[in-house]
Amino acid sequence: MENTIKQIVEKYNSNRMRLMDILIDIQESEGYISRDAITTMAAMLDMSQADVEQTISFYHFFSTKPRGKYTVYLNNSPVAYMFGREAIKEAFEKSAGIPFGQVTDDGLIGLFDTACIGMNDQEPAAIINNVVFTRLTPYRVREIVKMMKEGKPMEELRKESFGDGKNNLPSLRSMVSSNIRRKGMILSDDYKYGTVIKEKLPTMSPENVIAEMKHSSIRGRGGAGFPTGLKWEFCRRAKGEKHYVICNADEGEPGTFKDRVILTEKPELVFEGMALAGYAIGGDEGVLYIRYEYRYMKNYLEEVLEKMRNEGLLGENISGIEGFNFDIRIQFGAGAYVCGEESALLESLEGKRGEPRDKPPFPVEKGYLGNPTIINNVETFATAVRIVQNGGEWFTQFGTDDSTGTKILSISGDCMFPGVYEVNWGFNVEDMLDMVGAYDVQAVQVGGPSGTLIGPDEFHRTLGYSDLSTGGSMMIFGKQRNLLKDVVVNFMEFFIDESCGSCSTCRNMTQVMNNKLKKILAGKGVAKDLKDLKEWSKVLNPSRCGLGQTAANPIVSSLKNFRHLYEELLQKDKDFDEGFDLESSVQASCNYVGRVPVFNHH
Amino acid sequence: MSKPVIATTSLAGCFGCHMSLLDIDERILTLIELVEFNKSPIDDIKTFTKPVDIGLIEGGCCNSENVEVLKSFRKNCKILVSLGECAIMGGLPALRNGIPIEECLHEAYIGGPTVQLNKDGIMPNDDELPMLLDKVYPCHEIVKIDYFLPGCPPRADLIWDALVALVTGDPMKLPYEVVKFD
Repeated sequence: MENTIKQIVEKYNSNRMRLMDILIDIQESEGYISRDAITTMAAMLDMSQADVEQTISFYHFFSTKPRGKYTVYLNNSPVAYMFGREAIKEAFEKSAGIPFGQVTDDGLIGLFDTACIGMNDQEPAAIINNVVFTRLTPYRVREIVKMMKEGKPMEELRKESFGDGKNNLPSLRSMVSSNIRRKGMILSDDYKYGTVIKEKLPTMSPENVIAEMKHSSIRGRGGAGFPTGLKWEFCRRAKGEKHYVICNADEGEPGTFKDRVILTEKPELVFEGMALAGYAIGGDEGVLYIRYEYRYMKNYLEEVLEKMRNEGLLGENISGIEGFNFDIRIQFGAGAYVCGEESALLESLEGKRGEPRDKPPFPVEKGYLGNPTIINNVETFATAVRIVQNGGEWFTQFGTDDSTGTKILSISGDCMFPGVYEVNWGFNVEDMLDMVGAYDVQAVQVGGPSGTLIGPDEFHRTLGYSDLSTGGSMMIFGKQRNLLKDVVVNFMEFFIDESCGSCSTCRNMTQVMNNKLKKILAGKGVAKDLKDLKEWSKVLNPSRCGLGQTAANPIVSSLKNFRHLYEELLQKDKDFDEGFDLESSVQASCNYVGRVPVFNHH
Repeated sequence: MSKPVIATTSLAGCFGCHMSLLDIDERILTLIELVEFNKSPIDDIKTFTKPVDIGLIEGGCCNSENVEVLKSFRKNCKILVSLGECAIMGGLPALRNGIPIEECLHEAYIGGPTVQLNKDGIMPNDDELPMLLDKVYPCHEIVKIDYFLPGCPPRADLIWDALVALVTGDPMKLPYEVVKFD
């Protein structure tokens, strides 16, 4: 084994900045990262073992214990539950003979929960040894487990038909569906990739490109909405040895899956956008940082990059422009939502724990390896190509004044046509619900757990940066759903799991508030609890990153828009009840020491 | 007007907050002029003998006896004050909260490196002993607490000012130095 570890470390030139790749390779080849492996690589990388371990312990898909020859990661987003996750879980547990969180004694099968894997439009879904299984049924689960027990290879396990569009390609062969329901400038087929690099860039200076981007008024598609042109300009002006272009494909916000579809159907457009950005900022190198859940796309995306190199769209003196050298590599994450935050992403890219950095300095000044770096969303890069192709002015005719262009929405939940919709900004929620065939809607979660939960009296609101801002996630909940129990608690637990733990506000307050919410759900709530929840949520504001600052949003926005759901559960006759129960709290210790609890009831 | 009555107790605490109370130095003479002490380790009165105005609670609740005492304080005191980190947050004793109680007991009585003589693995299980709670609770998770005085321990001046404010009904001064902790 030691030789394998050595080979892997050497493959990455014993560069500690590539620790993520090294750990991913070891995890995949050995099934876990052993103590010996840690010792070997720490010595080779000239790092302390503790430094290696703290990176390992940060990421969900790394493990220091074997996770089984077949490792099942079953998505636990609310939409997965809505579409029968419970039955799937049971089927796995029953046929494998172990509960979730464990590995069978023979080391064959491991069952684990995982946060949203970006398949909300085809739930319940699971990842088994990097292969995505969608629309699972208990019957299918039993079949899969039976094949595992027979030791069948993954190719046989996934013998179902493949998904639509490019999911059929030999290098992809995935059963994932793209579910494109509506096309706009990005998803349309009327653009031949490479046109901008070959025909436009030779006629434009980098400053021209930035000017067009600024003129288009495009804002970042990841959710925060920073003006892209301005970001590129800042980066171009910043001094540094090298300039980097990073594409954020971490897409961890539960309910979002549009980046997966863009990368499946239009990867060339994204890579062309990155090269274009490289030209604009004077960039040397691009990195696609993509979540590990999308590992099944690895060969496919690498093939696309190779094709583009062969066609002269990446490489040296691209399109005959002297000194325009730009290439892209792919970096996988390893399961950490917070790595979608740009500075946490940079940390991860440097092989460290994905903890957000203090800002300023911003990445445009000091980013990857301390150099000026732009980090944009997949969709932003894809859009940039169409902007430079047609001009900033052309772009402004789509959308509204403050939100120009189109937005790709990931729509899931209680509707007839879940999937990906590219719409012009300025749509209102009602239009959207009509479009996707959603009736009897109780609530819509706009923008994932960190966004807003709205009810019918707000469905007239407009999607755009000035009103309902969204990175694209839309989850629809019908009248039959229990919003607090099935949605809000799920989202709070998501934040608890995904908090990096750096700020005490986010590390603790999420727990405290969730405990209070659960107490209310258990019928122990009093009026003061609602006041506390609202007040205490403010404690999260000074957290270092967006995750912490928005981690109370599931409670805050449901409390604001669905207050009656909370009030119905409160005890009317009490003004204090912390839900403490003496009898149940002494049970465990009395059992252990072997005594019968006695209570003096005064 | 009769003097305000004060009671104090130390639950799962280290008596440090009580030491800090004594740290008001010679003002303790003024204090006993101003107030009367009832149930408290300071005068060693074991049970409440009359209604109390202010109860000061040091420490959180780690066992059934703590809970019982705390509830009796709530019953007998008009105002309850959580005094110090342990009463407010659980403090040091709450470090065990991340560890199952079974593991804690095992470490303390059977598996721990300093356990030498307990060859039969006897666990303390006499009915006279308080029963351990599954975790250490801050006081406000058991009864309603009216005021919180932070610190480990709260400084003597802070305790003094708070008592004076409660007794006189005047607003309490809380300068920055009093509420910052690093």
